[in-house]
Amino acid sequence: MSEVVMRATEVHKSFGRLEVLKGVSLEVKKGETICLIGPSGSGKTTFIRCINHLEKIDSGRIEVNGHLIGYRERSGKLVEDSERNIARHRTQIGMVFQRFNLFPHMTALENVIEAPMRVQGTSKAHATDYARALLSRVGLGDKLDTYPGKLSGGQQQRVAIARALAMGPALMLFDEPTSALDPEVTGEVLSVMEELAHAGITMIVVTHEMGFARKAADRVVMMDDGMIIEDGTPEHFFVAPEHERTKQFLSKIL
Amino acid sequence: MHVLVAVDWHVIWLRIFHPDHVFARALWATVFMSVVSQAAGVGLGLVAALMRMSRFAPLRWLSGAYVWVFRGTPLLVQIFFIYTTFNLPIVNLGVWKVPSEILTGIVALSVNEGAYMREIIRAGIDSIDRGQMEAAKSLGMRYGQAMRRIILPQAARVIVPPLGNEFNNMMKTTSLVYTVGAYELFADAEQKYSQTFISDYFIAVAFWYLVLTTAWTFIQVLIERRLARSERGDQLSYRELLLMAWNPMTTLGRGAWRR
Repeated sequence: MSEVVMRATEVHKSFGRLEVLKGVSLEVKKGETICLIGPSGSGKTTFIRCINHLEKIDSGRIEVNGHLIGYRERSGKLVEDSERNIARHRTQIGMVFQRFNLFPHMTALENVIEAPMRVQGTSKAHATDYARALLSRVGLGDKLDTYPGKLSGGQQQRVAIARALAMGPALMLFDEPTSALDPEVTGEVLSVMEELAHAGITMIVVTHEMGFARKAADRVVMMDDGMIIEDGTPEHFFVAPEHERTKQFLSKIL
Repeated sequence: MHVLVAVDWHVIWLRIFHPDHVFARALWATVFMSVVSQAAGVGLGLVAALMRMSRFAPLRWLSGAYVWVFRGTPLLVQIFFIYTTFNLPIVNLGVWKVPSEILTGIVALSVNEGAYMREIIRAGIDSIDRGQMEAAKSLGMRYGQAMRRIILPQAARVIVPPLGNEFNNMMKTTSLVYTVGAYELFADAEQKYSQTFISDYFIAVAFWYLVLTTAWTFIQVLIERRLARSERGDQLSYRELLLMAWNPMTTLGRGAWRR
């Protein structure tokens, strides 16, 4: 539990005039589960989208597994990396989206084997074996040949988790994975994520599910107005938060 | 009644049920021009659509200028321009020597069609949720790969119905190439008419265009049915699809294509 998987240093990001990230620094160690919480508009989602370079950052640096993400150092300055390198670094980072974003023209199985086959060049037989195992792990071993349109939201999100895991990523990012789900099916997705957390997968989870944060997180990180204002264990965080803003937020949400 | 009496049913009967060798060549020329031009038009439209979305501004301008010119000027002018400016060769395909007038037609129709197809393809690509590209990228796919494997297959479902209309149009529009001397369906009718002054040859040729467009309607239904299969678990019956294809209103505003 000491190797650093993700290190963000002084990340700044603006959309036009609106400064969304005002110098965010965060370190995530191997096997850790980080829950990123905070009011909407605080920059949580933007921050994790920066980690796999779906958003460009204006300054600062983000490293995953020691690789600088999205940029290359050329004589002391950062320049945007080539598309090939960005794509290669992204294979190290799994992402689960709020709206699942499954490929609707492919079955659950095809969704999961697509990237291993097309990006990593895994053989179909190997990719399929692994995909079957992953889909069983998320409880969908019987839905291999089902198209996303025929799956419930919770099932779709679990396929999306399997799809991201299929690349064997060093880091998993979850962008409010249960926000688009009916309350009844939120549990099935959260329990899969809890299982992953216990299995030692390194995860950063943007969530409003405080129950999940309390149970599964190693650290809870609170963001507000583009900055990290509190970072601690769930016990510390929920019992004795230091920051006034955190107390306010928790009193509203709990 | 006078009008009906004046129709020489015998001529029509002969043209429809006993087409001669020259006619068969004309029919072939029309089908060949339509299929090749439409295919090339789709290719050009795809390239232009991708150029339109490029990060490199001059490519976007080029794509814009292309559509601006070729949608903004009459096809007949384009055909004559290409005919008089470029001395296109006769292309020997082995089984058939493509006359230079037919090649002129193919070039003009392709370039013209590409400009319309660009808009259709772009609309198709735009209709795909942005999250699809993000999901593909987050899995390490590169832009071209994501387009090919993820975006275009989904866009195809949106593109095919208007593409079908374009091809229907194309088969009829090939008749314009008659003006530069291509021997296709309309030229055949026109020639027979000028030899005999029997106008019924035009009724017969209209019938043959109807045969072509009707055959296409059926083929389009099959293609759409295939594309629809993946996203919809439940399949529509052939009858339902035929009804949808038959009625232009339901074809255009097809709810079934979107979930």
